Amino acid sequence: MAHSKHDMIERSLPLLMVLILVVVSVGGLVEIVPLFFQHSTTKPIGRDGKPLEVKPYDALRLTGRDIYIREGCYNCHSQMIRPFRAETERYGHYSVAGEYIYDRPFQWGSKRTGPDLHRVGGRYSDEWHRAHLINPRDVVPESNMPAFPWLERPIKASDIASIQAKMRALRKLGHPYTDEEIANAPKMLEGKTEMEALIAYLQGLGRALSNFQ
Amino acid sequence: MADFVSPFWDLYVKVLIALSFAFCIWIIAANSKISGRVGELQPHSWDENLQEWNNPLPRWWVYLFWATLIFAILYLMIYPGFGAFKGFAGWSSVGQWEREMQQAEAKYGPLFAKYRNMDVKAVAADKDAMAMGGRLFQTYCMQCHGADARGAKGFPNLTDNDWLGGDGSPEYIRSVIQAGRMGVMTPFPHLGQEGAKDVAHFVRALAGLQHDAARAQRGRAIFAENCVACHGPDGKGMTAVGAPNLTDNIWLYGSSEQQIVQNVLNGIQNRMPAFGEFLGADKVHILTAYVWNLSRGGSSR
Repeated sequence: MAHSKHDMIERSLPLLMVLILVVVSVGGLVEIVPLFFQHSTTKPIGRDGKPLEVKPYDALRLTGRDIYIREGCYNCHSQMIRPFRAETERYGHYSVAGEYIYDRPFQWGSKRTGPDLHRVGGRYSDEWHRAHLINPRDVVPESNMPAFPWLERPIKASDIASIQAKMRALRKLGHPYTDEEIANAPKMLEGKTEMEALIAYLQGLGRALSNFQ
Repeated sequence: MADFVSPFWDLYVKVLIALSFAFCIWIIAANSKISGRVGELQPHSWDENLQEWNNPLPRWWVYLFWATLIFAILYLMIYPGFGAFKGFAGWSSVGQWEREMQQAEAKYGPLFAKYRNMDVKAVAADKDAMAMGGRLFQTYCMQCHGADARGAKGFPNLTDNDWLGGDGSPEYIRSVIQAGRMGVMTPFPHLGQEGAKDVAHFVRALAGLQHDAARAQRGRAIFAENCVACHGPDGKGMTAVGAPNLTDNIWLYGSSEQQIVQNVLNGIQNRMPAFGEFLGADKVHILTAYVWNLSRGGSSR
């Protein structure tokens, strides 16, 4: 019996494909789909159900975030503090899902050559970030982070031109940008350097949940 | 996993898991019958004479499949994963973290408590406390002040007992670690490149460095007009506004003419972030003693 059924599946490619799809989709159906229907992963709330002060990135931070991605910062820096004492002592409160609702996609990363950055906001001065990004060795002689001196250039005109479309697209996905914010977005970027945008992004990271219990 | 928007999702996960189990059990059971057909050939052949056996699975192999199923069932009974069911062990990652924190508190709490009530100067004299301070410093402070605490351009050297905004007393050090500090120098763009250069030479003269005497002479007048409000008539600075002493040849940003001109024209804005809330009073207390000790010639390790 089992023999002939097996034979039938092997001889019909469409049937084989459908059955493979059914089998491999089970993991996703059980592990991924329910996440879209949980309060803690879809709303800006903390572990105790209290609301977090999560705001969508303003135009400058959004641009800084794109620079963060463009320069590949996520290759060496994670943005996810796990609930281990060794991490919470060093970085601050562990990350909760609700903090990432305006991160599309999130920048959790998967490797820490450098430290986690999820709560780096406010930890250093703007001037430190500037010096550190231009040449990390100037402030931390032991550092093996690459230098990013070219960030001291103005934000590209094409990036300024596309910021409104970007924000409108995010609004469709549920980021509550007002018309006014979108209208003022290009003005916010004008005259700013990529460095300023990136620092604005970094300084805003992880401040929704109080860093400090 | 317990905050589904409706009870449907709890059921959804449970039903899918149950179906997966049923399917796996059926597949394994159906394939683990020993039918005694060892040696039987499959009816098909490829490439003229390529055929395959239809032997039953080896026993140990089948038992491994059953073992994984039993493991999965036990796992879902003990740990969370079966819908909203929390598991009999009551485990959660946050719960594990909280236990870890309690264990650390039991271990390190008495240590911190011992130093909490001691005077900063007494803590600074305690070898163990200074070893703790060194480790705290290497975790939280070295990024700006350096592993050797000698600072970097724009970030003060903590070993020289020169203080920009206070007297270097333990109280002052504690307040800066807790609440942070803003360092601001107003920009003087109206002096122009030449004026700034003149004043730079005067400042270098104050510090006893090589300078152009004619420029320094012109710079003296510019200094008297623009700089004395913060740096004082004799250039010795004013800790109340965080203005550095310009006569001591200690330079936060460097002493080159070019650097001084840049500072004069563009001003300076830098800050020490507040660490009070993040570190808590106990760690701040030990760090205060550590930094105070550094400024009095203590070792930075």
